[in-house]
Amino acid sequence: MAIIAKDGYVDNVRDRVENFHGNQLVYVGWDDHLLFSAAWAFPLPPEMPFQGLVSEVMPGSFNDHPDFKKIDWTSVEWVLDGKRFSPDMDKSLKDNGVGHKSLIRFKTPGLTGINGTRL
Amino acid sequence: MPAKKLNLRKRYELLTRGMGWETTYQKMDDVFPYDSFEGIKITDWDKWEDPFRLTMDSYWKFQAEKEKKLYAVIDSFAQNNGQTNLACASYLSAIKLFITGVTPLEYGAHRGFAHLGRHFRGDGARIACQMQAIDELRHAQTQVHTISHYNKHFSGLHDPFHQFDRVWYLSVPKSFVEDAMSSGPFEFITSISFAFEYVLTNLLFVPFMSGAAYNGDMATVTFGFSAQSDESRHMTLGLEIIKFMLEQHEDNLPIIQRWMDKHFWRAYRLLALVAAMQDYMLTNSPMSWKEAWDVYFVENGGALFEDLSRYGLKMPKYHELATAESDHISHQVWSVFCSLGNATGFHTFLPTEEKMDWLSEKYPDTFDKYYRPRFEYWAEQKKAGTFEYQKGLPQLCQVCQIPMVFTEVQTDPMQISYRVTEHGGDKYHFCSDGCKDIFEFEPEKYVQAWLPVHQIYQGNCGGPTLPEVLDWYKFKPEDSGDYIGSKDYQRWQEWKGADKKVKQA
Repeated sequence: MAIIAKDGYVDNVRDRVENFHGNQLVYVGWDDHLLFSAAWAFPLPPEMPFQGLVSEVMPGSFNDHPDFKKIDWTSVEWVLDGKRFSPDMDKSLKDNGVGHKSLIRFKTPGLTGINGTRL
Repeated sequence: MPAKKLNLRKRYELLTRGMGWETTYQKMDDVFPYDSFEGIKITDWDKWEDPFRLTMDSYWKFQAEKEKKLYAVIDSFAQNNGQTNLACASYLSAIKLFITGVTPLEYGAHRGFAHLGRHFRGDGARIACQMQAIDELRHAQTQVHTISHYNKHFSGLHDPFHQFDRVWYLSVPKSFVEDAMSSGPFEFITSISFAFEYVLTNLLFVPFMSGAAYNGDMATVTFGFSAQSDESRHMTLGLEIIKFMLEQHEDNLPIIQRWMDKHFWRAYRLLALVAAMQDYMLTNSPMSWKEAWDVYFVENGGALFEDLSRYGLKMPKYHELATAESDHISHQVWSVFCSLGNATGFHTFLPTEEKMDWLSEKYPDTFDKYYRPRFEYWAEQKKAGTFEYQKGLPQLCQVCQIPMVFTEVQTDPMQISYRVTEHGGDKYHFCSDGCKDIFEFEPEKYVQAWLPVHQIYQGNCGGPTLPEVLDWYKFKPEDSGDYIGSKDYQRWQEWKGADKKVKQA
């Protein structure tokens, strides 16, 4: 749209990927588990295998939820940037199409949160 | 023979009309370079009428009287250990949020109005803005002076201005006021004077000031009285400027409508922090957020916009969503503070049984169904000694900068509301259509947003670990965490004995 500024704007995209020291930002949100009020943000190397996200990164933030240990990872439904997708666990985030500031949501069928409250 | 004394009206006219002139050595556009690029057309600045016609001498006199009274009360409050009359020391979380989140807004408003007081072409409008600039500075100062008494006895009040520029949740008010300050003068005044001070100000001041009265905080109540007459003048100015712009040229309407839509939404999002304060931080809440929203926005705001409809101005976009959200946002924001309470500059605490019953009564459609379960779950964990703060940094909205905690209240209140857009090859995430629209109209502005979570990951906030970041915020270890067991709590116990209001939590 139109730029309404007396002298325009300086070109300062504050969160360009180059500013993250080789990492890219990835957001991960667990649907139907609103005990976590928001998706978590992680700075991750794009070369990290998707499996690394699942087994090394996600437990650090999600493990305290009693449902986390019960997850059957073969039945998890993944949504990447609004589209259903099936990640290849051995391929990198990048090769799975996970880009800078991608949002990954996951649903865990059968797990409905604390006492079935979607928390 | 001495000159005849002029009447007030004449003096006001001389002050606000005689001081300006059409420049000849320099072009008017060079002398006033800021008041035309936004597209607002003013054909006759003399049509500007300050509804109060306040002259400088009466302004000084009036303010000096109020100062005298305020400082007399502050002195007596200190001498009589007024802090011991609070309902509970946990109430001070509200005051900590106020001094770190609201007082710097007053200072930002001071800077903005000082700028307008130089750069509006009309001398009447300039004078009104100069007076408001002084008011806002006075508010910031008197708030600091009033609340400094608590700083002698309690944690978390020691460095509000430093923290305003750095702390993750304080970027919400900071980005709000800096959005307005970095706009042109007409947008600034629409944002601050109209959207904030006219349409929404009661939702800020009533909770804090009546909240103070309900919780024995006479210092803050006195400040509130001292500011009240200024605020009503500011509100009148806000309405006056909107009408003035709308009457000056029909081309101004769509611009003002867009600003109204934008700054209503931005100010409303900022008030989500106030909603949490009102429903949860106050030991005794005079009214719920939802009740306040119904009275001050739905009823009063509705009447205001009906009045303005003769100019063609419509209710701000997404106001229906804001009303639907009034059943939810206080609970959602307090939940995120409780779950990340090791990184807040105020104490968090779970609602007591008594408080939860009050919330059930005030929010019959939502509290028991969606929100009570999480507080009860955390309370069980605390009882069992297994409660842990959550480990991670949340995704933030690119515009309002609040963690993305808001949900699809109209369709599925347990589903987070995710919105995204692309610009320049990068993705940008939003909590709502309101925030997304604001970004998409001016992406060049909001790609520059200083998002605290991203700044931590870029290495700009003291270090990668939580203690390093908190140190960089100048939070002391005793500032954060649960109220129960805190230094504030211990001190309060020493003074008052059993602390009924929060012992259950």
